[in-house]
Amino acid sequence: MQFTRVPSTMLAVAAALAAAFVTAGCGQKEEAKPQVAAVPVPAAAPEVTVRLGHVAPLTGPQAHLGKDNENGARMAVDELNARGLEIGGAKVRFELLAEDDQADPKQGTIVAQKLVDAKVNGVIGHLNSGTTIPASKLYADAGIPQISGSATNPKYTQQGFKTAFRVMANDVQQGKILGGFAVQQLAAKTVAIVDDRSAYGQGLADEFEKAAVAAGAKVATREFTTDKATDFAAILTKIKSKKPDLVFYGGMDAQGGPMAKQMKTLGLKAKFLTGDGGCTPEFIKLGGDATEGQYCSLPGVPLEKMPGGKDFGDKFTAKYGQIQLYAPYVYDAVMVAADAMKRANSVDPAVYLAEVGKTDYPGVTARIQFDALGDLKGGSISLYRVKDGKWEYVETLGGEPAAGAQEAVAEAKEAVKEAAKATGEAAKAAGEAAKEMAREGVKAGADAVKNAAEATKAAVEKK
Amino acid sequence: MDILLQQIINGLVLGSIYALVALGYTMVYGIMGLINFAHGEVVMIGALVALAVIRLLADSGLPGVVVALVGLGAAAPVCMAVGFTIERVAYRPLRRAPRLAPLITAIGVSIVLQNLAMLIWGRNYHAFPPILPTSQHEVFGATITSLQVAIVLIAALMMGGLMLLVQRTRLGRAMRATAENPAIAQLMGVDINRIISLTFVIGSALAAVAGLMVSANYSIAHYYMGFILGLKAFTAAVLGGIGKLGGAMLGGILLGLIESLGAGYIGDLTGGFLGSHYQDVFAFFVLICVLVFRPSGLVGEKAAERA
Repeated sequence: MQFTRVPSTMLAVAAALAAAFVTAGCGQKEEAKPQVAAVPVPAAAPEVTVRLGHVAPLTGPQAHLGKDNENGARMAVDELNARGLEIGGAKVRFELLAEDDQADPKQGTIVAQKLVDAKVNGVIGHLNSGTTIPASKLYADAGIPQISGSATNPKYTQQGFKTAFRVMANDVQQGKILGGFAVQQLAAKTVAIVDDRSAYGQGLADEFEKAAVAAGAKVATREFTTDKATDFAAILTKIKSKKPDLVFYGGMDAQGGPMAKQMKTLGLKAKFLTGDGGCTPEFIKLGGDATEGQYCSLPGVPLEKMPGGKDFGDKFTAKYGQIQLYAPYVYDAVMVAADAMKRANSVDPAVYLAEVGKTDYPGVTARIQFDALGDLKGGSISLYRVKDGKWEYVETLGGEPAAGAQEAVAEAKEAVKEAAKATGEAAKAAGEAAKEMAREGVKAGADAVKNAAEATKAAVEKK
Repeated sequence: MDILLQQIINGLVLGSIYALVALGYTMVYGIMGLINFAHGEVVMIGALVALAVIRLLADSGLPGVVVALVGLGAAAPVCMAVGFTIERVAYRPLRRAPRLAPLITAIGVSIVLQNLAMLIWGRNYHAFPPILPTSQHEVFGATITSLQVAIVLIAALMMGGLMLLVQRTRLGRAMRATAENPAIAQLMGVDINRIISLTFVIGSALAAVAGLMVSANYSIAHYYMGFILGLKAFTAAVLGGIGKLGGAMLGGILLGLIESLGAGYIGDLTGGFLGSHYQDVFAFFVLICVLVFRPSGLVGEKAAERA
């Protein structure tokens, strides 16, 4: 514990309080003790340390993403401390316990146990679904709320743990949209699917396969690699022999980038599509000009389209450099935890856990509300394409528009209705050349729908 | 047919890299009977040093091949120094210790080097700038790039050169003598400390070449890249017969081919029951089979004659 810039007498008081709190208040399954609230407020505001565990791979092939997550959490913690929150009459100081799970499920549970033993007030993470799922049982047993900013495998929240939350759309939502996008927008008739056999990659690839088949595509072949591989020549050669229109990869950027490059080397000219794990600047860096024109998806809407998103991006970049991937989501996860504590007026996991589920927080990645399972409500998915060596926003699909913008939605509905009417009128007015005119009318209608969607987005932004 | 040929080319490129790294394992094992698990990290250091220099010079207007050679010129001495230091610090004090002790320090050195590299070069992946010609050639329907041709040729050249060095020179004779029996070699006037140091230095120079090849071929370098590569190369060395130079080459090429063909055909052969992620399983299955019937590897003989 660090108590910098606090007079020594106060320090002693605060330390004693914090110690009392930490030992008595956390991790117990007993009924909620209004421990903090009961503490009388002396003239000098007491200080409580809230310890948040953060877990991500800080070593190994995904260390760059792990550090990015940690930076996101650290920035949130610094901002919360600068804000000087008071919860239950005590000044709250957040402290981040950053742990390394090496993206390894075994290590994930070891680290989780360590955090449980340290009686942390909450856990942010882990990064990978493969580590988050086994760890979630330990946190659930200890009654510690866990909010992941990046674990997207649906199983994480389907286990029935009331401590498990995530602030990102899950793989069912994402895979469904990606499958439809591949077949409809990218006109892929045959697809080849590769995944890295991690809980995330496999889960996303399975959902993609289901959606693509449902949309009418044929799966030419299904290939596999690992999350530590660098050579994909063998599987890509096999894929090349099946001549697919599109290659989908379920996995992270460290494999996705080189895979796109090796596709080009082998003369495999299919389009390349990947999920959030590959949606990073690193992907372009590693794949070079082979990534030009390729696609990826990311849950939520682009940062610059969110209220406060651009601000967050600027501040983060100034402090830690380029955002890799999940930092904004993890930042939101920490804020959601703090927000729940504030509303519960307690930092006791047993008390504020109930409030996490009732969250309605305007984050930088989405308006965050949880469903009964702990999944993000109405998660939309945005698609990006590489243009001139940069990810460029294409469109946002699926999900309900952010909650809290219901009027905007109503407006949009009206607009859509009008558009439909316009379409109908256009068709009517067409007379003999009905067919062609109708087609144009549909186009006009579609334009109107698009405008309506724009209006929705603008309204959401205003909110 | 063109697919089979393509898979064989894939395997040869991969195998050449494995073979070059495997030589480093096998030389040290041949002379000292020690498995230098830090060798993979030396490859990684070579790749990262070369890349750092290449990135400095990438925009200098020099031809790509020259820039790559300058990068190698910087990486090789660094790797040699690292190899020399590893031997002096981690292995020489333990030369008379039980065989397990240097194995543990080897793993320790590997972790230290990895973390050192992480501190110096960060956790991010480093991309190899596109300075080398990537022209593609069609050979009977299969595609091969000039870079891949260069990798196979350079690897073959290095291996041939090493063979000559060991078989035809005074230094090579001293190395073989040390491998045969260090005590007697010393009595015959061989400075075995010098020979062992030189073995590490030569192996590390090969590692620098391999590091540059890996990062150029996959356009990727990362502080963690040495671990898997080292493990694979060690497997290749054991497959061929650890301690024998020819064994490392044969083992490396074979492992590359097995992985490539395994990943390409295992799914079809088993009717989709086993997927391409079983390529490593396939490789290790072959390794086990070889070791059951030839415990000292494909070309290995009884421990009497090494290096």
